[in-house]
Amino acid sequence: MFGAAGGTSSYEEIETTDMIVLWGSNAREAHPIFFHHLLKGVRNGAKMYAVDPRRTTSAQWADVWLGIDVGSDIALANAIGREIIVSELTDGNFIARATKGFEAYAAAVDEWTLERAEEVTGVPARFVENLAHDYATADTAQVCWTLGITEHHNGTDNVLALINLALLTGHVGRYGAGLVPIRGQNNVQGGGDMGALPNKLPGFQDVADDEIRGEFEAAWGATVPADPGLHLSLMFDAMERGEIRSLFVLGENPAQSEADATRTRRLLDGLDFLLVQDIFMTKTAEMADVVLPAAVAWAEGDGTVTSSERRVQRVRRALEPPGEAKDDLEILALLADRLGFSWGMPTAEEIWGELRGLSPMHAGMSYERLDQRGGIQWPCPDLEHPGTQFLHGDLWEDPLPREPVPFIPTEWVPPVDELTDEFPIRLTTGRRLDSYNTGVQSEGFSSPIRVGGIIEVSPEDGAALGLTEGDQVRVSSRRGAIEVPVSFDRSLRPGLAFMAIHHPDEADANLLTIDAWDPLAGTAEFKATAVGIEPVEFSG
Amino acid sequence: MKKVHLTVDGAAISVPGGASILQACRAAGKPQPTLCYLETLTPVNTCRVCLVQVTGSRTLVPSCSRIVEEGMEVATDSEPVRHTRKVVFEFLASSVDLSLVDAETREWMDFYDVDPTRYGPAAPAAPAGARDARQAGHHQVPQPGWAETVAQPAKIQDELFVRDYGKCILCYKCVEACGPDAQNTFAIQVAGRGFDARISTEFDVDLTSSACVYCGNCIGVCPTGALIFRSEYELRNAGLWDEEAQTVTRTVCSYCGVGCNLELWVQDNRIVKVTSPMDHAVTAGHLCIKGRFGYQYVQELGGPATTPIDMVLAAGREGGFVEP
Repeated sequence: MFGAAGGTSSYEEIETTDMIVLWGSNAREAHPIFFHHLLKGVRNGAKMYAVDPRRTTSAQWADVWLGIDVGSDIALANAIGREIIVSELTDGNFIARATKGFEAYAAAVDEWTLERAEEVTGVPARFVENLAHDYATADTAQVCWTLGITEHHNGTDNVLALINLALLTGHVGRYGAGLVPIRGQNNVQGGGDMGALPNKLPGFQDVADDEIRGEFEAAWGATVPADPGLHLSLMFDAMERGEIRSLFVLGENPAQSEADATRTRRLLDGLDFLLVQDIFMTKTAEMADVVLPAAVAWAEGDGTVTSSERRVQRVRRALEPPGEAKDDLEILALLADRLGFSWGMPTAEEIWGELRGLSPMHAGMSYERLDQRGGIQWPCPDLEHPGTQFLHGDLWEDPLPREPVPFIPTEWVPPVDELTDEFPIRLTTGRRLDSYNTGVQSEGFSSPIRVGGIIEVSPEDGAALGLTEGDQVRVSSRRGAIEVPVSFDRSLRPGLAFMAIHHPDEADANLLTIDAWDPLAGTAEFKATAVGIEPVEFSG
Repeated sequence: MKKVHLTVDGAAISVPGGASILQACRAAGKPQPTLCYLETLTPVNTCRVCLVQVTGSRTLVPSCSRIVEEGMEVATDSEPVRHTRKVVFEFLASSVDLSLVDAETREWMDFYDVDPTRYGPAAPAAPAGARDARQAGHHQVPQPGWAETVAQPAKIQDELFVRDYGKCILCYKCVEACGPDAQNTFAIQVAGRGFDARISTEFDVDLTSSACVYCGNCIGVCPTGALIFRSEYELRNAGLWDEEAQTVTRTVCSYCGVGCNLELWVQDNRIVKVTSPMDHAVTAGHLCIKGRFGYQYVQELGGPATTPIDMVLAAGREGGFVEP
C-alpha cells in the first residue's frame, strides 16, 4: 500500500493500540501467535470489533461482532467512511497534508447511509455507526485482515476500501496505528520481496522501469523481458487458449488448491509437459510428466523467509533430506546446467548477497545481522540500519517528503455467484486451527482436535432441511456437487454454510467454488459460492 | 524509569524502579534458584525457592515478585534463606519425581545439600485416577514412616503429549500459559486443596474432551518434565533419549505468515521435539499445534522402521506404548 507492498505495523504494536478492527480474519485459528499479541492488546484495554460472516473463535473475543453478509465488505467500509465524514470525525489536517482525492471519495461514499448499509450488509445500522465513531475517535487504531478480504473477485477493491478508512482518520504511519494484512503462508511476503510477481523484480521494483531492468540485466548477464508476466489465474486462462503448453510447478498443489477444480485439472491434463518440483507426491505431481523430489525448505534447506510484519528471518538446515530429494536451489542450479547455463552451485547466502546488491530495501540484511537480531524488518537499506518497525511515518512529516497518497473510491459489487432458489445458501471456506491448506502437510500428524471433511450449517438451516448432525448431504453449486457429512455450528447465521479447505480427498470444496478472480491480484473468489444443500436419500 | 538503590549481600546496586528483587540479584551477578518463575509469565510465588531475606521484613519474601525499594537490604545467602530453601527443595524432592529438572536446579539442590530421603521412603504410587478423585477436605491420614508423594501413572491420552503428574510441583506455569499470560484457552486449572491439589481439566475429563487446543505451550513452560512430548516420553522410556547426540537448529515455521521461530531438536536425523526461543519477539516461546507438532510430514515414518529411534517414534504415533 502507498508504494510499499507490505503490512504497515509490527505485531508488538497491537499490544498497546486503543482499537482493533479484525476484518475477514479468523486469526485465532489461522494465525494463533499473532492472536496472542492481539489478545495482549485486548487485555490492555483495546476495544475490539470483529467483522466476519461467522462468529468465529476470533470474533468471540470482540466487544462487538458485525455479522456481515459475505461479499458486502465495500458497502460496510463505505458506510463507515461516510459516517466518519458526516459526523465530522475525520482527521482534516492529515487529509489536507498527506492525501489527495478526498472530495471524490466523499462524493462516492455519500450514497452509503447507515440504512443502506444495513440493507446490503445485514449489519444493524447502530453497530456500523458505533464502529465508525470508535475507530475515528481512537488515538491509535489498527485494521487487520486476511483472506476474508482478499479471496473475492474484487479483493483489491476490498483492501482499498479499508485503506481509505485509515486515510480518513490518520490511522497509519504512527506507532500503534496501521493497516495489517496477515499472510497465510510463511513466505507469501517473501515471495513478493523476491520478485515472484508478474510485474515486479526483487524488492518490488517495477519490471517496466528501463533503468532498474538494466541493473538486473547487467548483474545477470541476460535480458529481462520488459512486459509483465502472467499471474496464476491468467496462466490458467492462457492454458485454456493453448498459449501455455508447458508448466513448471514448484511447491504448489493447484489440482486441489485452485477454485473450480474440475476446470483446473482439465487444463493441467491438457498440457504438453508438466514438471512438478515438490516434497510430496501431490495430486498435481501425480499428473506430471516429470517430478523432481525437493527437500523441505524450512528444515532441510537454508535461506530466508519474510513474515507479515516484513521481518526477514533465516531458515536453516536441521535434517538431511531423504533419498534423492535435493534442496530447491540445487535443483534449479542443476536444471540451469542442463539447459546450457553455468550457474555453478551457489549457496543460499551467496544468492542472498546478490539480492542485497540489487534490492535496496534488503541491502543492510547480511546473514550475520539476521542471525544477531532475530530477523530484520524491511526496508533496511544499509548495514547500520536497524530495520523499520512501522511504515509510512513520513506521512506525518512537514513538509510532506513524498507524493500525497490517494483516496481510491471503490464501488460495491456483489459476489459473482448469485444466490437463487436452486442455490440459496452462501458457502464460504476457511481454515481450522490444526490444519493447513490442502492438508498435505498437516495430515502428517495425528491431531486430537481434527474435524475432518464436513460441511457446517446453522442449526436453523439444519432444522429447516430436516437434517440431523452427521447426516450425509449433497452440496451442489453451478460447477459441481459433493457429498459430505453435515454438522451444525452456532457461529453461522441462517443462509450461511462453511467448509474448511483441508480435506480435498474427503470433501473437495473446490469442486464447488467459482474461479471468478480479482483482475489485479488474480485471487479467486473462494469465499463466496452459491450452493444448494439436500439430504442424501439412502435406498434400503 | 527512576533508578532505585539497594544492596544485595552487602554489594550496592541500582536498578530501574519497578524491577523485582530477582532482577536486581541477577543484575548484581547473583543468580537465584527459581522453579515457578518465567520472564514471560506473571509471577505467582508458589514454589518458594527464590525466597530472600529483606532487612526489616518479618518473613522471607519471594524475590521473583517483590519489587525493589529505595535503600532495601537484601540477603540471599543468610542462614534463614539457606535453611528455608533446603527445606523447600526437600519437601518438593521427597514428594515429587524431580528427575527431569534442569541442570541448574540440580546444582542448587546440591548447593543446599538437599536430602530427599529425610522424611523416609516414598509412599507407594496412587493408582490411576485416585488422586484426581479426592475431595477437598477429605484428607487421608498419612502412613507413618513414609514420605507422602504425588506419584501416579502418567496420563497418555493422545499421540502428541503426556501428562506425567508424578513430576508436577504445582508451579502454575502451565495454568498461566494456557490462561491469561499467553494462550487464553483456560483448559486447565488447579483443582483440590492442600496436598491433594493437582492440575486438572474441567471435571477431570480427558484432554481430548477438554477445551485444550494442543498448542503445547504448557509443555514449553513446564520446569519438571511433568508435561512432555509423547516422542520424548517414549524415547526416554526406551532409554534412547540422548541430549548429547542432539542438535538444536533454529528455523521458521512453515504453517502461516506470522514467522514463529522454531527450535528443532534433532537426534539421528529425526525431529524429536520442537520448542520456540523465549527471547524472540514474535513468539515469546509460544507456538500453536501446527508449529509444535506439525513436523511429522518431514519424516514420514510410514514404511518399516529400521532404526530403534524410528521404531519408538512409530509406536508412539500409532498409540502403542513402549514399556520401560
